[in-house]
Amino acid sequence: MVGLEWYLGVSAMLFVIGVLGVLIRKNAIVVFMCVELMLSAVNISLVAFSSFMGDVHGMILVFFVLCVAAAEACVGLAIVIAIYRNNITADISKINLLRW
Amino acid sequence: METFFFVFIATFAIGTALAMVFSRNTVNSALFLILHMLSISGFYLSLNAQFLAVIQILVYAGAIMVLFLFVIMVLNMDEDETIFSQVDFKQIFAFLLAIVVFAQLIYIGGEFTGTLPDVSTQEMMAVGTVEAIGDELFTTFLLPFEATAILLTAAVVGAMLLAQQNINVEDEN
Repeated sequence: MVGLEWYLGVSAMLFVIGVLGVLIRKNAIVVFMCVELMLSAVNISLVAFSSFMGDVHGMILVFFVLCVAAAEACVGLAIVIAIYRNNITADISKINLLRW
Repeated sequence: METFFFVFIATFAIGTALAMVFSRNTVNSALFLILHMLSISGFYLSLNAQFLAVIQILVYAGAIMVLFLFVIMVLNMDEDETIFSQVDFKQIFAFLLAIVVFAQLIYIGGEFTGTLPDVSTQEMMAVGTVEAIGDELFTTFLLPFEATAILLTAAVVGAMLLAQQNINVEDEN
């Protein structure tokens, strides 16, 4: 059996790749995909802890995270479509209507 | 064998995640994310969480990624951005910030050692089954489960309202 710390290490690595993607990409859809990446990285560590502690509650939390991620992707993509229709761009550096 | 499987899955997951972040074409990014989700469900399988592995493939690779691909198709994006053509201050700062976050996560992960209870392999096998999760989900967590149903319904209605065309037709007249 592979130890818990390896799962946590991989999870941290994937989370950091997601953070990097959110910071350096400018395409709104890719930024959304990076957020999904971060959510699933956290899910890995939740499932790892749950499995190594013999406690089912972590997996229930992962189930709810999946539901919230689905709702978030649904609403977020609708917002991207609405912005694209008004601004003809999905580049988040050009969406600066609320900028000071 | 188990270690080999873990190393293979971990390499695959990190490789596809990096390819997703750094690929120029948006469709390629989405397809790499599907591969990444498959490797995540491989992690769940190696942790004896069969139910979540199936749900991960069904919900993420099946439903959410189809939604993403449809939106990419509707928006008809070209590969407009050039990620590393000119390295500017913001990107260097992003890399530094990512390294700091990684160091913090590793530090926190190193702190927990020795605090876990001893769990037999038998118990570990029993946690992730459909039976155990369903039993807990429909007794203790029944109210959050119903709230999630309402949340998803509200999200679908809200998405339809947001993506509707000509939302202000009455106001213009």
